[in-house]
Amino acid sequence: MKYLLMLALLLPTLSFAEVAKDIADDPVMERRMMLLAEKVRCLVCQSEPVSNSHSDWSKDVRQIMRDKMKAGATDQEILDLLVERFGKSVLFDPPVDKETMPLWSAPFILLLLGGAGLYYQLKKRRGEVAEAELSTQDEQRAAQLLNESPAALNEKTAAQKETQA
Amino acid sequence: MMRFILPFVIFLILSVFLYKGLGRDTREVPSPLVGRAAPAFVLPLLHEPGKVFSPKEMQGRVWLLNVWASWCGACKDEHPVLMALSQQNVVPIVGLDYKDKAIDGEMTLKKAGDPYSLVIADADGKVGFDYGVYGVPETYVIDKAGIIAYKLIGAVTAQNLREKILPLVAELQAK
Repeated sequence: MKYLLMLALLLPTLSFAEVAKDIADDPVMERRMMLLAEKVRCLVCQSEPVSNSHSDWSKDVRQIMRDKMKAGATDQEILDLLVERFGKSVLFDPPVDKETMPLWSAPFILLLLGGAGLYYQLKKRRGEVAEAELSTQDEQRAAQLLNESPAALNEKTAAQKETQA
Repeated sequence: MMRFILPFVIFLILSVFLYKGLGRDTREVPSPLVGRAAPAFVLPLLHEPGKVFSPKEMQGRVWLLNVWASWCGACKDEHPVLMALSQQNVVPIVGLDYKDKAIDGEMTLKKAGDPYSLVIADADGKVGFDYGVYGVPETYVIDKAGIIAYKLIGAVTAQNLREKILPLVAELQAK
């Protein structure tokens, strides 16, 4: 029963797994088109690639890709055409240029800033630790503690507990 | 003291970014066509399929190209705004009936009124593609030289008409 229920829960995911279907008269070209369409953002649905989308706009783009491929255009030419019409944001991997520089460099800048912050913090802490020098009294106490055998130490703490009680 | 101020400053900066992000419509993608010549085309008129229209005919005038369709919901929202604008007679509005059946487009205008100077039919959406249309309605402001000066994605409202489109049209007409 439990397994049947689990299976039933999986059912709805099946319908979503289907990839948008189109007419494919040339399977080789259809494959090439779909590979290219994976790189293109569906502007209507934003986070979905054109290859996966059921939107009318994506269907149009796929048809245009097929037409251009039939006319002998290279993949790059098709991407360039789409960028010219819809802007760089149609590409999931926007090219590195003046406009997208902040986007691409942001991780490195953040890493540098974080690294600098960490370096500064660690340096400060090291200074603090070095400052804490032991007084002669502390040293004597430490030496005493180190000299005492574990058994003697246990006795001592037991005695302390008794006096407290 | 620094250990309290620094996180607070970072928090403030983050808040500003997140707050700005909240108000933004992610569907609004900057159009690369702004500042470039409006793509040329020749399309039949919706009401008289025998006649054609080409953007060249509008040379020397500032005009609006409004992409709409009978199947588009937001177009119904902007329709009264366009009707009011057409009555003011300040700027010609060319309607582009995008991926629509001619009969549906005509019926819509017959029922709700026709705010357009003329309507062209882009039945297969090829011209729409050239203009980078991906969500109807979209409205382009095109200047006297045929350069796209502004693109609005989404419905024309009384507000964006007053604050953006009309001042821009007046500025371009004065040039």
